[in-house]
Amino acid sequence: MLRCEGLLKRFNVGTPDETMLFDGFDFEAEQGDFVSVIGSNGSGKTTLLNLICGSLPLDGGKITFGGRDITRMSEHKRAAMIGRVFQDPQKGTCANLTILENMALADNKKGLFGLTGAVNKKRIEYYRTLLEECGMGLENRMNTPAGSLSGGQRQALALVIANMTDIELLILDEHTAALDPKSSETVMRLTDKLVSGKKITTLMVTHNLRYALEYGNRLLMMHMGRSVMDLRGPEKKNAKIEDLLKTFNEISIECGN
Amino acid sequence: MDIKVLIDLIKVALENGFAYGVLALGVYITYSILDFPDLSVDGTVPLGATVSAVLILQGMNPWLSCLIAFLAGAAAGCVTGLLHVKLKIRPLLCGILVMTALLSINLVLMMKGTGGMSTAALYNSPTILKVFPVGLIPENVNGYKLRIVVVTLALAVICKLLLDGYLKTKSGLLLRAAGGNEQFVTMLARNPGVSKILGLAIGNGLAAFAGAILTQSKSSADLQMGQGMVVIGLASVIIGTSVFRGVRRMKDTTKVILGAVIYAACLQVALALGLPNSYLKLLQALLFVLALVSTDLLDGGLKKSANAKGGR
Repeated sequence: MLRCEGLLKRFNVGTPDETMLFDGFDFEAEQGDFVSVIGSNGSGKTTLLNLICGSLPLDGGKITFGGRDITRMSEHKRAAMIGRVFQDPQKGTCANLTILENMALADNKKGLFGLTGAVNKKRIEYYRTLLEECGMGLENRMNTPAGSLSGGQRQALALVIANMTDIELLILDEHTAALDPKSSETVMRLTDKLVSGKKITTLMVTHNLRYALEYGNRLLMMHMGRSVMDLRGPEKKNAKIEDLLKTFNEISIECGN
Repeated sequence: MDIKVLIDLIKVALENGFAYGVLALGVYITYSILDFPDLSVDGTVPLGATVSAVLILQGMNPWLSCLIAFLAGAAAGCVTGLLHVKLKIRPLLCGILVMTALLSINLVLMMKGTGGMSTAALYNSPTILKVFPVGLIPENVNGYKLRIVVVTLALAVICKLLLDGYLKTKSGLLLRAAGGNEQFVTMLARNPGVSKILGLAIGNGLAAFAGAILTQSKSSADLQMGQGMVVIGLASVIIGTSVFRGVRRMKDTTKVILGAVIYAACLQVALALGLPNSYLKLLQALLFVLALVSTDLLDGGLKKSANAKGGR
């Protein structure tokens, strides 16, 4: 489904700070996989997502998606198949547009952005049912600008919006990290509901080890651009937070801090 | 101040105000919607003026000349957009580059069209103020230039309604999204750069259209008219949106047209009080500063009173 082969990524090229983050990194995810990705800061989790989405250029290697080589495809073209929710709740929705307008735009993702009316009144009921699933009362505030929602509400809306059209890959980039514990639980449960309902292949970066264990069928721990732990199926089911912490600590000791 | 003097001021302000209103609509798109400080307007207003004047001198229908002026402005706006999107040049620099390039282009167009002159006179040519159906409106009523006011008002309202309609379409909504959150547009599988270029094209098209209206209402075109047009447009947008900020029901597009009229009135007041013409641009800049600061003062004042309430 998603296959990354021999990824090369350097930062600060041509300066004394030049670092090689990925030096031949391989990764693949099968159709319907829900992969939780954990790792310390600077381990390359978010960079991996950025490379897959095309937000950052690759220095080498190849990315294929459903058998199609997308290595040179631009970010917005890849976005036709990818839904993405960011850590920053401001990024996933448009603050100056209302909830309804945000959803109408997302609903048209695969259509033409021409001179026909933006909001199709016949679809409003459908949008309402999608919002009701969030359980946040957003369905009664459809004419409110997204900018006046709380972080949790915006993130839930962003999640719904990312899933509105048939996407093949869902990218979640620490999407609960900026939320308070309660909103973050709510958003996580909503995530699980959406993902398991549609069986979308999902990559979720998180710093929350409990979420990483609780959700998804695969767990990847990264360190300095390498995968140091890759648990699947029953292996992942039986893993404990203590096991993850132990590996985490071993990595840190290796680095000498 | 005598009431008659006041009426005179309003009258003169209305003569220019609505044409500035069309310009303000253009600047509203680039500055407010796209968040792109676009200086190319200083070049596209005289571009529109020159194109329409030269085409009228060649015998073209004045309305058609306005349309072509709009298209010429839109093309210049596309260049500004391409410089920014494709060559990654900063917005301010893109505007400066296009404005500077247009100085030459406008001069060449004017010289070619008039046979070597740097101004064009339309006194004996048809303009949008002389041809059908406008010719049916009395030109002067009791010494007031009724016709100019009616025509420019009508054009400003038409532009406003078209723009309002456009902003409700899918393309228009995408434009608003591109100004607010580029990443959001990218995730909609669209290139936000295309939306930016489109917005700059419409904005500069309207600026050029305003230039065509101004030049035809004055029956003359000169290349200096572009100086300070950015300031007029920006000041109109800022004055309009801050003066009428509390009026929820009023659309932003209406606010910026009214802002343009207020701005034109302020200039007229200063001139009526005896300010020499040569200080006009200085005054324009000062008024702009005042408009910017007054928005902050209003905010500051509101915040202070809110804090005071919270403290009690």
